[in-house]
Amino acid sequence: MDFLVFQVPMLTIQALLDGLLLGILFALIAYGMALQWGVMNIINIAQGDLVILGGYIAYFMYLYGIHPGWGVIVSPIIMYFVGIGIYKLVINKVVDRDLFISILATFGISILFMQLMNFAFGADVVLANSGYGTTMLFDNSVTLPNSKIFSAVISIIFAIGLVIYMKRSKLGRAIRATAQNARAAKILGVDTEKVYAATFGINAALCGVAGALISITFTIHPYMGLPYTIRSFMIVIVAGLGNLPGVAVSGMGLGIFEEFADYILGTEFRIGSVFLLLVLILVYRRFKLSRKREYLK
Amino acid sequence: MNKNLVLYISILIFGIAAPFIFPAFKVQLSILCILIVLATTWNIQGGEMGYNTFGNILFYGLGMYLCASVQVGMFFPLAEWTESGGEKTFVHTPAQFFQGMAAGLVVAAVVPTIVAGLIGYSILGLRGHYFAICTLGLGVAAGEISGGIEIIGAGQGFTTPPFPNVGGLEARGEFFYFLSFFALVFTFITVRAIYSTRFKLILNAIRDNEDKAEAMGIQTMKYKIIGWMISAFFCGLAGGIMGGLVGYIDSTDVAFDGREMGVFMVLMAILGGKGTLWGPIIGATIFHVFKEGFWTFFLGWQYVALGVLIVVIVIYFPEGLMGWLREKYPERFGEVVDEKDRKAQVELK
Repeated sequence: MDFLVFQVPMLTIQALLDGLLLGILFALIAYGMALQWGVMNIINIAQGDLVILGGYIAYFMYLYGIHPGWGVIVSPIIMYFVGIGIYKLVINKVVDRDLFISILATFGISILFMQLMNFAFGADVVLANSGYGTTMLFDNSVTLPNSKIFSAVISIIFAIGLVIYMKRSKLGRAIRATAQNARAAKILGVDTEKVYAATFGINAALCGVAGALISITFTIHPYMGLPYTIRSFMIVIVAGLGNLPGVAVSGMGLGIFEEFADYILGTEFRIGSVFLLLVLILVYRRFKLSRKREYLK
Repeated sequence: MNKNLVLYISILIFGIAAPFIFPAFKVQLSILCILIVLATTWNIQGGEMGYNTFGNILFYGLGMYLCASVQVGMFFPLAEWTESGGEKTFVHTPAQFFQGMAAGLVVAAVVPTIVAGLIGYSILGLRGHYFAICTLGLGVAAGEISGGIEIIGAGQGFTTPPFPNVGGLEARGEFFYFLSFFALVFTFITVRAIYSTRFKLILNAIRDNEDKAEAMGIQTMKYKIIGWMISAFFCGLAGGIMGGLVGYIDSTDVAFDGREMGVFMVLMAILGGKGTLWGPIIGATIFHVFKEGFWTFFLGWQYVALGVLIVVIVIYFPEGLMGWLREKYPERFGEVVDEKDRKAQVELK
C-alpha cells in the first residue's frame, strides 16, 4: 500500500482527527434518527434535508450580521416547530402504516424541501464564516479549525443534555414508555399522539443543531441532504436501536472512514463510497443474521 | 377471452398508428412506452413480490451506459469519443448505427440481468425497509461512482451517437417510437404470460408471508432472484432505448436519476395500483399526462409538485386506482360477492 496518506504520519493524524470531529456531528444526527425510529417506527428520508434547513437558518443569521455560533440555539427552536408542523401534516397519517409508506412519504418531503430550499436560498454552496481561526498542532503540520472543535463540543453537550432529559423529565419518560410499548403506554394515560409529535420535534431540533454546526464547519447546499440521511441510517443500523454509546462510536468510525476514503479514492468518490459502504454493511448484516435465523418467528 | 383479444388488437393498432395520428408527440409517446415498461417491471418486484425497491434505476442506468458504449465501442475507440464530447469526430454510417444499436440493446438487456443474478443472493436476503434503503443506496452509489469514471465521460457526460441521416427528419422519432413500442409489447406479453403461471403465485406467497412460503417448501431465494432478473432485463432494455432517445447521458441526471426516474417508477405503479397487471400501465399513462401538462405550466416548480404528489398519493391512495376500483366493483374483478354481506360491510364502515 503506497498511499500518501499512510506514508506521511502527519496526514494520517490529520485524517484521523478530522474524521473524529466529523463523526461526532454524524452521531448527533444519527441520535435523532434512532430516536424517531425507536419511538415511532419511522425511517425519515428527509432527515438530511432538515439538517440542511437548520444550516440555512444559521447561514442567514450570519448574513444579517449575527454571529452564526448563536445558530446552535436559534436553529433548534425554529426547527422544533418545523418538525411539529411536518408531523401534523404528514407523519401522523403514516405512523401506524407499513414502513415502506413512511419511507416513500418522507422521500416526497425530502424532494419538496430540496426544491423549496433551492428556490428560497439559491443553488450556491455556502458557508457561514465563524471567524474562530485555526489551531496548529505538531509543528504546524496538522491544521485543525477551531470551528470543528467548537462543533464537536456543542454536539457532545447537546447529546448529553438530551440523554439526561430523556432520563429525568416527564416527557422523556413518556417517550421511552411509548418506545417500549405504545399500547401499554396509551392505557396508562400517556397521550401517544403528543409524544410522537414531541419526538419528531426533538429530532428536527437535533437536526437543526447539527445543521447550524455544519454550516459553520463545512458547507451547505440544498441538494446535500440525502447523504446525511444515509449516514445516520448506517450509523443506527451498525449501532443498533437504543444503543447510545454505539451510535457515538460508529459515528466516529464512519467519519474516519470517510476521511480516509477521501484521501485514498479521491474526493469525487467520497459520497459514492459512503453509499457503497451502506450496501456492504447491510449485506454483511444479512449474512450474519441468516446464520441465526433458524426458526420461524 | 374474446373480449380481451379485441381489446388487445385495438390497442396494438392504436399503438402502431399513434405516431402518424399525433406526429408532434412522438418523443412523448416513446417516453410513455418506456415509463410503462419501467412501472410494469417495478410491479413484479414491489407489487407481486412485496420487495419495494428503489434500485431498479441501477439496471436502467447500467443498460443506458452499456448500450451507448457498445454502440460507440464497436466501431471507434471509446475513450477518444468521450474525450471529444459533443464534437462529431467520428460519424456512424447508417449500417453501423443500426448494427451498434442492436448489439447494444442485447448487451444492455443481458448484462443487467447477470448483475441482478450475481448481487441478488446478497441483496434479496434483506427484508422490508432494509431492502428499500439498501437498494436506494445502490442506485445513488452507482450514480456517484459512474460520475467519476473517465472512459464513460465522468462528470461531463456521454453523447450517444446521433441518428444517421436516413429517411428524412421524421425517421428518428419513428425509429425510437417503434423501438420503445416494441419493448412495451414484448414486456407486456412476457409479464402477462408470467402472471398466468405458478411463478406469480409463488411471488404472491413470498409477499404475503415469506417465512410460511419457505416452510411450505418453496425455495423463496431462487424465485426472488429470478423475479429480480426479469425486472433487470426489461429495465436494462428500457435504459438502452432511453439513452438513444435522449441523446446524452449524464451519470446523476439522466442515467442513475434516483430523484426522477427512480421515484417515478414506484409512484406510477402505486398510483395505478400495485399487484395488478393493468395498474402500472394506467398509472404510468395518467402520471405521464399529468407530468407533461403540469411540468410545462409549473416550470421550475416541478419538483415541488412531485414532492406534494408523492406525499398525497402515498397517504391517500396507497392502494392505487385499481385497488379503489376493486373495492368499489369487486364483481368486475371476478370476485363473487354476496349482496347481503356487502351491504353489511358498507353499514359497518
